[in-house]
Amino acid sequence: MFPASFGYIAARSVEEALQLVAKHGEEGKLLAGGHSLIPAMKLRLASPRMLIDLGTVRGLSGIRVDDGHLIIGALTVHADVAASDLVRKHMPGLADAASVIGDMQVRNRGTIGGSVAHADPAADLPVILTALNASFVAQSSNGRRVLGADNFFTDFFTTAMTANEILTEIRVPIPANGTGTAYAKLPHPASGYVVVSAGALISRQASGTCAAARIAIGGLGSGPVRASATEIELQGKPLTPQLIAAAAAKAADGSDPDDDAYASADYKRHVATIYARKAIEAAIGRARN
Amino acid sequence: MTAEAEYAAVPISVTVNGVKHDAVVEPRTLLVFFLRDSLGLTGTHVGCDTSQCGACTVHLNGRAVKSCTVLAVQANGAQVRTIEGLANGDHFHPVQQGFHEKHGLQCGYCTPGMIMTAVHLLESQPNPSDDEIKHALEGNLCRCTGYVNIVESIKWASEKMRKS
Repeated sequence: MFPASFGYIAARSVEEALQLVAKHGEEGKLLAGGHSLIPAMKLRLASPRMLIDLGTVRGLSGIRVDDGHLIIGALTVHADVAASDLVRKHMPGLADAASVIGDMQVRNRGTIGGSVAHADPAADLPVILTALNASFVAQSSNGRRVLGADNFFTDFFTTAMTANEILTEIRVPIPANGTGTAYAKLPHPASGYVVVSAGALISRQASGTCAAARIAIGGLGSGPVRASATEIELQGKPLTPQLIAAAAAKAADGSDPDDDAYASADYKRHVATIYARKAIEAAIGRARN
Repeated sequence: MTAEAEYAAVPISVTVNGVKHDAVVEPRTLLVFFLRDSLGLTGTHVGCDTSQCGACTVHLNGRAVKSCTVLAVQANGAQVRTIEGLANGDHFHPVQQGFHEKHGLQCGYCTPGMIMTAVHLLESQPNPSDDEIKHALEGNLCRCTGYVNIVESIKWASEKMRKS
């Protein structure tokens, strides 16, 4: 099995890649780790005429701290996100998610930027990055835009980026003391993709009260959805087991998932409440004042 | 631009098992077919061809990857290690020896991929637990031996490598 014929250019800089994107328009496609794109091309679901490789651009991978954020280069592979001391220290929920993508070989090639830009509704990273209130830096010849996660995943396999932009980095605010983060996933038993998953960020005051909560659920729609009713239920209240259970029970409120061959809509909505609770409990367990 | 020029073959230079190979490849050539068809290194197998089974696992710059999901052009300038590059002359690599000692194979089809994944695991984590071994093998499917002896083989190799 092999893709339809295409041309290939190894970009040497983001600027060169932007020029190539402009030149080739809809016939061009950016290549990062290729672990979504190449399988799609082998199945002839995608047949771009020109691949523009970002893997040859220096400086697009790596993780650093800047101005209260972790800055993760778009070409950073999942294995490096999962193993990063900075990620594990500041936002272990992101390490949770990066470590359950695909399998070891996939995590050695697949990139955070590729996953975000591909916006697969069954992907892990969009969910946890929404819970973490990440933002995405989209560069074009006109400059750069910083797009917040809440308005980024606009539809199935569709983001708020335009065709002439390249995702260069992911910016994640480092949570304040007393905040815990976690990700919990029900994987499809064969593919490992998300059936339903939950990302949670919980800030707990020393008194035990919930100071802030961001909960995102995957598998219920075209992209991650915020569990707003759950967040409101938690906000400002003591984080008792009863409150957590009551809040998690609202995790699928307002969502309208589709039935599919593996799971019915009702089942997904039910499982969302279970995985929201798992993620909230794990996040609280990691919150240190 | 003519279609011919647009799909022009690309020169690459890849070091495989320590030997540098210069070649000109069609961009759609998958790394596994470059290794097998152009270099004759048929120890790397094509199993599912959909990045599920791991039979095609090789090391790219020191990391286990599925070579059916990597383009040969993406390996330009890289170091590749395949199953053929593990033994030192007549001496098996400890992981190869472990699969022999502990009967970690039956038909052998998945074995090169299993071994390359295990070598990467033990190079990054010399003393993994059973659970860590099983987790690392998540992307390698065996359809005959079962995994019990494969895990035993890797534990045997882990011990051998730590003693040497």
